[in-house]
Amino acid sequence: MSGKSSSVAWTEFRSNPISILGLVLVVFCIALALFADVITPYPAHVGPIGDFTAINQAPSAAHWFGTDTIGRDLLTRIVYGFRLSLLMAVLVLSISMPVGVILGLFAGYLGGWVEFVLMRLTDIFLAIPPLVLAMAIMGFLPATLTNAMLAVTVMWWPWYTRLVYNVVRAEAREGYVLAAEVIGASPLHLMFREILPNCAPAVLTKLTLDIGFVVLMVSSLSFLGLGVQPPTPDLGSMVADGAKYMPDAWWLSIFPALAIMILVLGFNLLGDGLREAFDAEV
Amino acid sequence: MSPVLRLLLQRLAISVLVLIGVSILIFFIARIVPGDPARIALGPNASQAQVDALREARHLNDPIVVQYGWFLRDMLNGDLGTSLYTKRPVTQDIATYFPATLELVLYAGAMMILLGLPLGRLAARFQRRWPDHLARLLSVIAVCTPAFVWGVILQLSFAYIWPIFPLEGRLSNGVDAPAAITGFYTLDALLAGQIGTFFDALYHLILPATALALSGIGQTARLTRSSMIETYRQPFIGMARAYGFRETRISRRFAFWPSLIPTLTILGLDFAAMLANAFLVERVFVWPGLSRYGVEVILRKDLDAIVGVVLVIAAMFLITNLIVDLIVSIINPRIRLAERKAKA
Repeated sequence: MSGKSSSVAWTEFRSNPISILGLVLVVFCIALALFADVITPYPAHVGPIGDFTAINQAPSAAHWFGTDTIGRDLLTRIVYGFRLSLLMAVLVLSISMPVGVILGLFAGYLGGWVEFVLMRLTDIFLAIPPLVLAMAIMGFLPATLTNAMLAVTVMWWPWYTRLVYNVVRAEAREGYVLAAEVIGASPLHLMFREILPNCAPAVLTKLTLDIGFVVLMVSSLSFLGLGVQPPTPDLGSMVADGAKYMPDAWWLSIFPALAIMILVLGFNLLGDGLREAFDAEV
Repeated sequence: MSPVLRLLLQRLAISVLVLIGVSILIFFIARIVPGDPARIALGPNASQAQVDALREARHLNDPIVVQYGWFLRDMLNGDLGTSLYTKRPVTQDIATYFPATLELVLYAGAMMILLGLPLGRLAARFQRRWPDHLARLLSVIAVCTPAFVWGVILQLSFAYIWPIFPLEGRLSNGVDAPAAITGFYTLDALLAGQIGTFFDALYHLILPATALALSGIGQTARLTRSSMIETYRQPFIGMARAYGFRETRISRRFAFWPSLIPTLTILGLDFAAMLANAFLVERVFVWPGLSRYGVEVILRKDLDAIVGVVLVIAAMFLITNLIVDLIVSIINPRIRLAERKAKA
């Protein structure tokens, strides 16, 4: 568990300029995603229709990141790509995290055959590289946005199960748990009221890191053509489509590529900062 | 039985069980999804009688557990079914495409170890000074960037703008592939004594292997750094300093080797991640490996081929982890000494 109070952790977090950079990047990306309708110069370019008088233009004052092959403003599409990526990451994690955490609690606290079955199951899931498992699931389902999220959700929960399992195994022997047990607390109370709060620093840290990694995974799927379909603006498929027009229209894939990099980097730096501040094992 | 051998046999048994588990998982996922596999295989124009015949021939009318039994029996006989896309046995397809992927991944793995470990050692040695900050920043950027983004950036920089490397493929036009022995072009060319072909293949490997290795290099450097910083806190480092050993020697010998053990375990996982990321890099560099085949069969809902590709990758992952366990048990003095005691 973290032996630190949150104010100590915050002081420590603040003293690291790299963590602050992460926080700034994350706030910046979230703000762009939230206010996409207001700040993008050409919000109409989200759909399949662009400006046919401005096809394939290099970056300029009117189009900071240039325009694509049907005259859509690339900056606009990248900002909406942020919105989509973040939304998908939040949805994927809001299902896989609670499922993984609860299974990890049960496996770690109850032990016995529950532990055996759950932990061997996570071993099986973790033996397949996440991208390959998600790709395979997409192979059995039609390539749509919902299915891509489903595929990533299905393979993400075991990481939380394993993380929480390890924390629970260490915590269950602590004095405060034994004390609660001695005065007759029920197993459910012990798991959810005593042990679970102490898993929070590790889980929250992993959650922050994972937002970046889910974005990475989803964009990899759509880069391969197995995720989001056009005309929905998605960073991964924008890189893939743009790569066909290299090197002349280099902006088509370089800017979306850099956008993915900044988004993932922000959450990673922030997550690393939290990990050091809370001293959490992830 | 020596402890090392016993440990390995234990791990091997667990790996086989996990692989069977993976086959159950992937088989059931393939069967519970909507759609009749026989109908998908034959296409919309086939008659109902044809579909029924195929269902009968492939045991699709049996209960799913019995179907898995048939599947397991075929798998143990080395038969993974037939690809609908290439009309060839899946095992034959995998044997054709897999060496190109494995060659790429092995070169990337070598780069990951040869560059990641020294970078991490440097960062730990100069902890909280500028080489450390630089190394940490570089590694976090490397980790955060998907392999396909590296591929696109490297391709634009070093194949288009400053064309010092080839754009795509495994060999230049006009260069014949060496006689297939291992399927690795660099190795086959050397075995055949074709030095020109060897360098051509190597030249084509550099950009894709770098794109694939970068996130692994970052990850390795980060792990080595944090693991070495732990080791630096140990009393034996203080003792070495008190004896007056130079910092370079302390870093190279006393701090580095013990720190390698936790790092190596994670390296196995990184290597597995590379097998997956190879799918992305191969797409960028038009590399004729398992990725092109994998994506193609996924888009065509070619169930047997998808199951085959996943199983091969999971098997590779388990084999890598076995090798890592072996290396760890050899370099870990606790296990090594226990073995020596057992013999005495």
